[in-house]
Amino acid sequence: MMRLLFLLGALVAMLFAASLAIGPAEATFAKSLSSLLTDDGTPFTLVMREIRLPRALLAVMIGASLGLAGAAMQGYLRNPLAEPGLIGVSSSAALGAVLSLQTGFAAAFALALPLSALAAALVGVLLVLLLAGPRGASMTLILAGIAISAMAGALISLVLNLSPNPYAANEIVFWMMGSLADRSMLHVFLALPVMALGWVLLGTLGRGLDALTLGEDAASSMGINLSRLRMALVVGVSCVVGAGTAVAGAIGFVGLVVPHILRPFVGGRPSRLLWASALGGAALVLAADIAVRLIMPDRDLKLGVVMALIGAPLFLHLIFKTRKELS
Amino acid sequence: MRTLLSLDGLTALRGECPVVDNVSVSIGAGECVGLIGPNGAGKTTLMRAALGLLPAKGASSLTALSPSERARAVAWLPQARDIAWPMTVETVVALGRIPHLPRGTKLRTEDQAAVDAALAEMDLTDFADRLANQLSGGEQARVLIARALAQQTPLLMVDEPIAGLDPAHQIGTMESFAALAAEGKSVIVSLHDLGLAARHCTRILMLSQGRLIADGSPAEVLTPERLNTVFGIRVFYENTAQGPIFQPTEVTR
Amino acid sequence: MRLSKLISAAALALVAGAAAYGETPQKVVSMNVCTDQLAMLLAGEGQLHSLSALAVDPRISGMVEEARAFHINSARAEEIYLMKPDLVLAGTYTARASVEMLERLGLRVVRFAPANSLADVPLRLREMGAVLGREARAAELVAAFEAGLARLKANAPEQLPRALSYAANGYTSGAHTLPDEMIVAAGFINVASEFGIDYGGRMPLELLAMSAPDLVMSSTPYAGASRAEEVPQHPVVRAVTGGAPPVSMVSRDWSCGTPLVLRAIDELAAKRKALFP
Repeated sequence: MMRLLFLLGALVAMLFAASLAIGPAEATFAKSLSSLLTDDGTPFTLVMREIRLPRALLAVMIGASLGLAGAAMQGYLRNPLAEPGLIGVSSSAALGAVLSLQTGFAAAFALALPLSALAAALVGVLLVLLLAGPRGASMTLILAGIAISAMAGALISLVLNLSPNPYAANEIVFWMMGSLADRSMLHVFLALPVMALGWVLLGTLGRGLDALTLGEDAASSMGINLSRLRMALVVGVSCVVGAGTAVAGAIGFVGLVVPHILRPFVGGRPSRLLWASALGGAALVLAADIAVRLIMPDRDLKLGVVMALIGAPLFLHLIFKTRKELS
Repeated sequence: MRTLLSLDGLTALRGECPVVDNVSVSIGAGECVGLIGPNGAGKTTLMRAALGLLPAKGASSLTALSPSERARAVAWLPQARDIAWPMTVETVVALGRIPHLPRGTKLRTEDQAAVDAALAEMDLTDFADRLANQLSGGEQARVLIARALAQQTPLLMVDEPIAGLDPAHQIGTMESFAALAAEGKSVIVSLHDLGLAARHCTRILMLSQGRLIADGSPAEVLTPERLNTVFGIRVFYENTAQGPIFQPTEVTR
Repeated sequence: MRLSKLISAAALALVAGAAAYGETPQKVVSMNVCTDQLAMLLAGEGQLHSLSALAVDPRISGMVEEARAFHINSARAEEIYLMKPDLVLAGTYTARASVEMLERLGLRVVRFAPANSLADVPLRLREMGAVLGREARAAELVAAFEAGLARLKANAPEQLPRALSYAANGYTSGAHTLPDEMIVAAGFINVASEFGIDYGGRMPLELLAMSAPDLVMSSTPYAGASRAEEVPQHPVVRAVTGGAPPVSMVSRDWSCGTPLVLRAIDELAAKRKALFP
């Protein structure tokens, strides 16, 4: 387990460095790093500190958050298909963010934007838990997810089209597919407090999720407070997904792909999977963000495109596996 | 003698209907208690209500404890045999140590010893590295029993643990429970096999329609009248050189 | 350059010829904000009947007060047909379906290309004058424009500061565009053309940071919020000019090739003199 964490950590560090080195402004890797650390008076320091650093930081923060949230939801619902993107939590968060931006509420006070997204994500998670039932049966969960995603997406489209701003109507793609382009350190500081709260809450879930492997009754009898666990899960997932979506749009499939790949390496234990998925998620989003800059450097290719290319085949594989198990 | 479980007028309602009706019983140390009754008599509900897993009126000594104290006082093995994720047998059994582990989930020497003992007791040492959800139903049942054993609580409450096991492991499991009782722990096991209950349990609780209608040694409880009234069966029950032989022979109604 | 002048001259001849064919139009309807303004500048008394909705949008139109005197249309074929105009003015980028529908219904539609250079301004004036039968008035305005332009060019400084227009989504105007020529006329170097951007294009934030412009121009954001408009608000844009916020240039005088561009160039030149004496 320690070896796995070490390897994943090293992967994240490498991808972080690579992310800092890629961009339209040409420079060697050594120059990038030195401009970042010391202010050498050239405009390149500006590029590194104000453009590339926030982008890489956000990729790590959001990737870790989505991986963590996905592992936590899967552990709680005992269902490998549960992840914030698939079950409509990311779209709900995006709706909250769009509403607060278009109504001007986002400008009311410093953290208004991520808090609005958090509130909407809370509603999304609660709805899903309500609709999916205690055991999180696949069919009901997927249907609930489709319903909530569709509804949230339609409402986002409506709000953007009604906006007095002519650019807003075309931005539904950003909200539904996510992008880290042109983000600044302001966005990092906007997302960080709420996200950090979510990380703390989700980090406490390990023991309970392990016990839940044996079912709710057995877990409860082993001293796990199930209602507190559920509360920590709901608020924690809403915090991390809300904050991340508010600044980068809805990014899907991370919470689905990463725990699925890493589960065999942690021996199936949900508590270990939480941390592995956080690192794995950071690595995945960093890699995807690097890919969008290498594939189409001039155009703003959305992160969601790369994620969907990775996630959709895996999702299909999971569906077929579930069908085989059920029959 | 220490009381490990004390129930006083425990009543669990579903709507208007009492599924468990005013049950009072006291279980001390060193008892292997068989909980028997026809389908729907309320055996599972009684145990869950005693554990505080569903709301009930009356008193249960277990619900008076805090959840963490309760987890160290009683181990509960439910009827549904859930193992949600592909874990090794040893990992599943080690889950039983959760109530004893502080925040960090790393096993200490005493935890590892408990796990090893539980694996040995249930004849699973060779299976330790196999994936639990790829085993047969009976093997999985033994894994889950081992988990309850690893929890090392004075009281063990087990719901239909031997259904689906082969005869050797049925007898072996009941013998493990009897051995626990001999060590000074107590086991409450609900089961349908009245023969095994007669042979291995020191005490029988018979439930019918939510009420505790008999409480005593197997010979006292398993009278022909009661078996006819409650279960609707006629039995052959005799003490032999191989111990009590109990075999239901025909249906009376 | 030579070829485009040839084509412009041919177009002018064609339009003039077409105008000569018919009589002077009496009821003119305009569907495009640029033709709206050109028509308002040149039309005779009672000749112009209706203008497009953008003519009264203060962000886009430089002649909002004058435009209020006319009927407003929503540039849809049905509404315009029912007005029974004898001439319809449209832009080459006006919704093709609407324009073709009007032509099929038998109306006379004249399309005007957008202005891509300062030289196009007198050209469009003359084209519009020919179509409306107001050549004399057009000639007056052309003369005034060219005088104004000459005056500006005479005031050009020796040391040219560097400017960049940076709008939503990082959109900038490079060489061969009207804004480019306006920036140059105001006495700046257009940083976008330095980076080899031809026509309009997107300039990544990193390149903006590396280009060290002396002045960045942006338009005031719309109400509501959009991610596109967050790009010019990025801290780098402010940092690159040493902390000065982008200069806000209102779109209305920049979007159409009318003599009003002189007003915009004057404003920009005044800013240059104030900031770089």
